[in-house]
Amino acid sequence: MMDPVSLPPLSRIAICGGTHGNEMSGVHLVRELQRQKMEKVGSAALTTVISNPCAIQVCRRYIDKDLNRCFTDAILSSPVTGDTPYEVRRAQELSALLGPKGSVQAMDLVCDLHNSTSNMGLSLITYFNQDPLILHICRHIQRKVTLAPVRLIQLDTPHSDAYSLDSIGKHSFSIEVGPQPHGVIRADIFNIMKEAVDQTLEWVRCFNSGSAFEGAEVDNVYIFVKSVEYPRDPETNHVTAVIHPQLQDRDFCLLRPGDPMFLTFSGDTVKYEGEEVLHPFFVNEGAYYEKNIAFHLGRRITLTIPSLQMKGH
Amino acid sequence: MTSISNVSCFNEARRVAIFGGTHGNEMSGITLVNLWIKNGKEIQRKGVETKPFITNPRAVEKCTRYVDTDLNRAFTTENLSAPSGDDLPYEVKRAQQINEIFGPKGSPDAYDVIFDLHNTTSNMGCTLILESSKDHFNLQMMHYIKKAIAPDSCPVLLTEHPLLKYSTSRSVAKHPIGLEVGPQPQGVLRSNIFESMRVVLKHALDFIELFNEGLEFPPCSVDVFRVWDKMDYPRDTNGNIIAMVHPNLQDCDWEPLNPGDPMFQMFDGTTVRYEGVGTVYPTFINEAAYYEKQQAFVTTRRETLVAGAIKKA
Repeated sequence: MMDPVSLPPLSRIAICGGTHGNEMSGVHLVRELQRQKMEKVGSAALTTVISNPCAIQVCRRYIDKDLNRCFTDAILSSPVTGDTPYEVRRAQELSALLGPKGSVQAMDLVCDLHNSTSNMGLSLITYFNQDPLILHICRHIQRKVTLAPVRLIQLDTPHSDAYSLDSIGKHSFSIEVGPQPHGVIRADIFNIMKEAVDQTLEWVRCFNSGSAFEGAEVDNVYIFVKSVEYPRDPETNHVTAVIHPQLQDRDFCLLRPGDPMFLTFSGDTVKYEGEEVLHPFFVNEGAYYEKNIAFHLGRRITLTIPSLQMKGH
Repeated sequence: MTSISNVSCFNEARRVAIFGGTHGNEMSGITLVNLWIKNGKEIQRKGVETKPFITNPRAVEKCTRYVDTDLNRAFTTENLSAPSGDDLPYEVKRAQQINEIFGPKGSPDAYDVIFDLHNTTSNMGCTLILESSKDHFNLQMMHYIKKAIAPDSCPVLLTEHPLLKYSTSRSVAKHPIGLEVGPQPQGVLRSNIFESMRVVLKHALDFIELFNEGLEFPPCSVDVFRVWDKMDYPRDTNGNIIAMVHPNLQDCDWEPLNPGDPMFQMFDGTTVRYEGVGTVYPTFINEAAYYEKQQAFVTTRRETLVAGAIKKA
C-alpha cells in the first residue's frame, strides 16, 4: 500500500494546440476555447496557446524543425542568431510564456494536443516519472471517456531529458487522438479530444476543491521499448515494404514472434523476430516516415498509484 | 432478321502512360510508378507501349502536394501556350514539358491513353474519373473494369461541368482516365489502398490489350455520378472554418444526402443541415487538399450513360 500523496492546488494550467501545424483537432479546440473566452477552471487560471502559428498558416507539421523536439534544456538556452530555426525561437518564447521550464513560475499543468494518422484511439502520453497527479488525471479520463479506447503511453525518457512542449509544466502530459489524416478535421476525432480535455478540466476543478482520489491500479499502460524501422534496399536505401495489412490499424494488439509486420512490394511477408511479445503503436504514422519509424513497440504494464488529495485540505 | 450495328471504330491504343506523383504526397501512385520504372513487367501488354512517369518530381521529393501551384489544374490552354521562361511557376513549366512529351493536347500526336493515379483522404473507394460523357472508349473501359472487380464497386465520377471542370495532367491524352483511391492520409502508404489501385490498373490494361487484339465490345450502359455543385465549409469573416463535416456525413461518399440531413457540426456542437432542393450524392467529403479550394464536399447526381459498340479500326 503506497503512502498517500498531498500536493498543492493547481493555480495555473495551459492547454496547447497546433504544436504540429497540420494536427487539426487541437488547433480548432484551442480556438474554440478562446472564442468562448475560457479563462478560468474553477479556481485555476486557464491559458490557451496556439503553439506554432506559422506552421498552422501553411498547414505543415513545422517550418524548419519539429517544435515538439525543441524543449530540451540545451535548445532552450542556446543563443539566438540569424540562422536560428523558427521553431527554436518559438520554443524559447513558449518557455518564457509558460515556464521557464524547471522554475517556480512554470505552469502547474501543461496539456498538449496532438493527432496521429495511426489508429491509436485516445492515447495519453507521459514521461517515465510516475507523477501521481498526472496518473490520476489519466485514470479519470480512462474511466469517464466512452467515445474511444483510452491507453496510457509512458516514454522511457526521464523528465530531465524531456524534449516536448508539455514538459515546460510542473505536471505535464499530451493527448494524442487518431486516426486522422494530417490537414483534416474529423468531427468524431474532435469530439473525442474535446471529451478528454473536458474531463481533464473537470478533474482539476475537483482536485482544487479538495476531493480525495483513492489509490488504484491503472491498466492499459504501455511503456516504450523500441522503434522498428522500414525495411530498405541496402544499395538505394529506398523503402521496400509497407506495413502488413494484418498489422495496419491494429495499434496496441499483441505482436508475437512470427507475426507479420511488413509486406514487401514483391509480395513477401516480413515477420516479427523479437523474443518478447510486445504491443505496437504509432503504426504507420505519416510524420514518422522522415524519422524512419514504421512503429513503436511497448510493454504492457499495470501501475499502482497512491491516493491523492490537495494539500491543506 | 438482321440488325444494323453501329460500331464506333477507334485507333489501336498503342501509346499508354501511367502518371504517378501529380500530387507529391499521394503515395500509392508514386510507389507503383517507381516500382514499374524499375521493373515494368507487370504493366507490359502485347502491342502496347506503357510508360510509367512521375509527373511532379520536385513535389514528390518534398512529399508535398505541389511546389508553386497545383499541377493538376495547370494544363490550361493559357499555361500551355505561355512563352517559356524562368519566372513561370514550377508546375506551369512542368505542364509544358509534359505536354511536349505526351501531347500536344488536342493533337493527333497525343498519347492514346493516360492513367493518372491519385489518393484522397475521402472514403471514395476506387473511383474512376471520366472527363467526357462522349468518350465511348473510356466508357467501355470503365464498364469492363467495373464488371471485373465486382462485387467490389468502382464508382465513376463524371467531371464534365461548365464551371467546375479543371485542366488535369491526364487531359493531354486522347483518352484521359483518373484513378482516385481512398481513404488514405497524405504522405502515408496503406497496403490495402496500394493493392486496390494495382488491381484496377491491371484490369484497365487487360481491356486495352483485348481491344488492340480486335475484340468488339457490344453497347453497354454505365452508371455515373455527374458533378453538380461544390459546398464550402461555414467560415468566419477571417476565412477560418467554423464547422466540421458532420459525423453522419463523414465517410459517406456516394450515399444519398437529402434535404434536412445533417451536413456540418459547428465547433460548439450545433448541427447545420443540407438545404438543397433534391437528393444529391456527395463525394470528396473532407478531402485535405480541398480546404484551401473552399470545398468541404462535391455534390453529384446519378445518371446512366450509354456507350455504343466499339472496336479497333
